[in-house]
Parts: sequence; structure tokens; C-alpha cells
Amino acid sequence: MLEFMTILIIKTLVAFTVSLLIVAYSTWIERKVLGHVQLRHGPRRVGFHGLLQPIADGIKGFFKEELIPDNADKPLFLLAPIISIGAAVTLIVIVPFGDKITIMGHEITLYLTDLDVGILFVLGISTIGSYGGILGGWSSGNKYGVIGGLRGSAQMISYELSLALAVIAVVMVSGSLSLIDIVNSQTGLWNIVKQPFAFVLFIICGLAELNRTPFDMPEAEAELACGFNVEYSSMKFALFFMAEYCHMFVFAALVTTLFLGGWHGPFIDGPHWFFLKCFVIIFFCVWERSTFPRLRYDQVMSFGWKILLPFGLLNILLTGLWMLIFNM
Amino acid sequence: MADKDYILNISDRRPTGKYITPILKGLGYTLKNFFSKPITIKYPTERREVSDRWRGLHRLKVDDRGALKCVACGLCAKICPPKAITIVPYEEAGETRYPKEFVIDELRCIFCGFCQEACPKDAIELTKVYDFVDYKREDFIFDIEKLKTPEKYIFNGK
Ligand code: SF4
Ligand code: SF4
Repeated sequence: MLEFMTILIIKTLVAFTVSLLIVAYSTWIERKVLGHVQLRHGPRRVGFHGLLQPIADGIKGFFKEELIPDNADKPLFLLAPIISIGAAVTLIVIVPFGDKITIMGHEITLYLTDLDVGILFVLGISTIGSYGGILGGWSSGNKYGVIGGLRGSAQMISYELSLALAVIAVVMVSGSLSLIDIVNSQTGLWNIVKQPFAFVLFIICGLAELNRTPFDMPEAEAELACGFNVEYSSMKFALFFMAEYCHMFVFAALVTTLFLGGWHGPFIDGPHWFFLKCFVIIFFCVWERSTFPRLRYDQVMSFGWKILLPFGLLNILLTGLWMLIFNM
Repeated sequence: MADKDYILNISDRRPTGKYITPILKGLGYTLKNFFSKPITIKYPTERREVSDRWRGLHRLKVDDRGALKCVACGLCAKICPPKAITIVPYEEAGETRYPKEFVIDELRCIFCGFCQEACPKDAIELTKVYDFVDYKREDFIFDIEKLKTPEKYIFNGK
């Protein structure tokens, strides 16, 4: 029992440290890639090629002044960033980094837990995370914040649906809700080959869930002056920011798990494939951000409801037919 | 050019029904940019070459013996539009005249270069130093010692 607990604690610490480092450094990747896409250099003054920039930003965040607006709803205002980051960090629990390995006679699984309903857990918790943004915007007593929060909730509801539809198709071909089983079911053939439409759907809806351009409705800088987090300063703002990038990492991990075969890969299976694939997805998130302009709000909504939702349903239907005919 | 050439008719902006190819094209374009060389420079370790006629921080020139060329005639102070130059001349009988104090307020200066034009002894010039920074206003009041070595005030990123 004691041994089990020790292993669990060490594993948790390592998993969270690694994940949060990835989260911190995805901000660096974002700034660097955006810079180079715009023919700039990006950060390069702090450390080698700006490698210490995330740490410097974090330290700066701690020393900034905390501001709470007079007409803010104080308890909610304080709670919102906590909900945001709490939900985002909780999601790391289910990220499957790799398979079982044996170190010094102990069999260690390279994931914190294998929930039977893993993917449902992800969908549920990530929705709770979006409460953070909504409450934050609403409680800050700022009209930009309220509009940002409302837009955020509307978008979240619309795209969560299609996201779930994409996931259902994957669950159908894998036959399990557990992320580990889903990875193991892709040993030979990755799900991206079996489910290309679900992949596209998942990527699009995932970007919308992440509030990334072209779906960054809740924080549209140009229209809403940063939207839901407009009144936040100092570490509270940094928490929102971290939550966003944490979601991005979890999104990358999910795409890897659901479609790209998780830790499987040519030559040796292992966590390195997982991290490589995650990096590719994170790079894609930044790359597409630098490419697309923001869509108009009504376009986002009608795209979600009129195109993605029917598309997702059709995909499920076709998957079902396929499985029926070929008796898989 | 006829009106229709540059006034975009609203019907031209209607969705064309093409979405996938433009998206892929756009992604290709940004990826190409990502792998091409940045056009910005790594200031302050790298800096752009400025024109030879650049008008930056002043330098008081010295002659071969290390003495100021300036004879404190006051022409530069006279012509200076914002009155940025203050000169206190000093002259012993029979000796060369030289400035006892020569102060330029670099915050008042508009870098017009008139002082350089007006000087009969070619004693003052404007250098290429353009990024001098400091913390206090007083630090921008340059006396003779500072004016002799304007290169010391180039911003080095610290
Ligand atoms: S450059 Fe122009 S403004 Fe500056 S000190 Fe010389 S004369 Fe005056
Ligand atoms: S014009 Fe030339 S010589 Fe006369 S005071 Fe100015 S710097 Fe000195």
C-alpha cells in the first residue's frame, strides 16, 4: 500500500510538472512561431532565444498590482480564475503519456488514472472550466466582460455538441470510453485514417472550445477589448492565461490520443511519440492562429449549428452503416 | 483609373463558395513565412546602418593636441532655434579663447544641425548616435566631457 502511494505521489508530481512546463513553454512556442510567421524574431532577450521568457513572465505576474473593480461581484470575481485553472489542471489527470513501463521491478503506468469513462470526464470537466470565463466576465461588472462571457457560453454550448459527436464516432470504432483502451485499439491503424471526418470536426470544434482564432469570440481584442478577462490583472489574469494554454495542451493530448494513436508510433512505442505528436498539434494551433482572421459572431454560430452539427450526425450515421456492413 | 477599378462592388464580396482551397493556401503562405528569414533585426545587438548625414548626438571635436577646437564664438548658440546651447567663454589676455562651459540640453535640441553648419572652426558635429537613454532629465544635459565622447551613450540593451 505504502509503495503504491509513493509511486502514485511521485507519478503525480512528475506528470503535473511536465505538463505545466509544457503549458508554460507553449506560450513561448506561441510567441516564437507567431513572430517568425510575421517575419519577426519573437522573444529572444531573456535566456537563449528567449527560453526563460515564460518564467520571467510568471515572476512579473506575481509582482503586478491586483485590481478589483468597485462594482465587481467580489466572491465570484475571485472564484472565476480558480475555477478556470482548477478545471484545466484537473484534466491532466487523464492524459495518457505512455504505456506501462518497468522501473526497478515496479510496474508503472505512464498515466495517472485510467477512468472507464475517461473521455466523458474530459468533456464534463472542460465544460466546467468554461464557467470560469463566463463567471469572470459576468462578475467583473464590465460590459465588455459580460458580452465576452455571454459569447463564450453561447459558443461553448454550440461547439461542445459537435465536439461530442466527433468523439462518439471515435468511441464507436474503438468500442470504449477509456482513453487507454482507445489508444490500444489504434495499434495498427490510427483513427485518423478510420475517421478522417471526425478528425476535422474535432479539430475545428476543439479550436472553438479553446477560444482560439478564428473562434476567439469571448476575447475578441478588437471588439471587446479582451472580453471576459478585461478587468483581471496580475496573477489572476495569469491564471486565466495558464488555463487557456493548459486547455491547449489537453486538446493536443486528446487529438493525439483519439486520432493519432497516442504513444504508438513507428520503431519504438513510448511517450516520446506522444510528446512529438502533442508538439505538432500545439504548433498547428499557433500556425492556424497566425493564418486566420476572426470570424463574425453570427458566422461562428451558423457554422456551428448549420454545418458542423449535421456533419457530425451524418458522420456517426455513416460510421454506423460502415460497421454494420463490414460487421466490425 | 475608372471608379469601378478601386471601388469594390458589394456583390464581389459575396461568399464564392470556395473555402477549402483558400484556407489551405493561407496555411501554406504562413508556413512559408515561418521558414523564411525574419526581416526585423536583433536590435540592439544588430543595428541598421544610418545615413552618413544622420543628425544624432553632438560631438565637440578636439585637435591633434587634444584641445577643443571650439573657440567659444557663440555662433552655434546664436543660431540654435530652440536655444539648446549654453556657452561660457574663457579667455586670458593673448591666449586662445576656449569655452569654459559648453552645455547642450539634448532634450531641447531638435537635431536640426544648424550648429554644425554655423561653426566657423568645424568644432561641433552631429554623430550617428540616436539611441541614448537615461533615467533623469538632468542626465540629458550634456557638458563638455560628455560631448567629447558621444559613443559612450549608445544604448546597449542594459
Ligand atoms: S542641432 Fe539644432 S537644435 Fe540642436 S543644438 Fe544644434 S542648432 Fe541647436
Ligand atoms: S560655433 Fe563652433 S567655435 Fe563657435 S562656439 Fe559653437 S562650437 Fe564653438
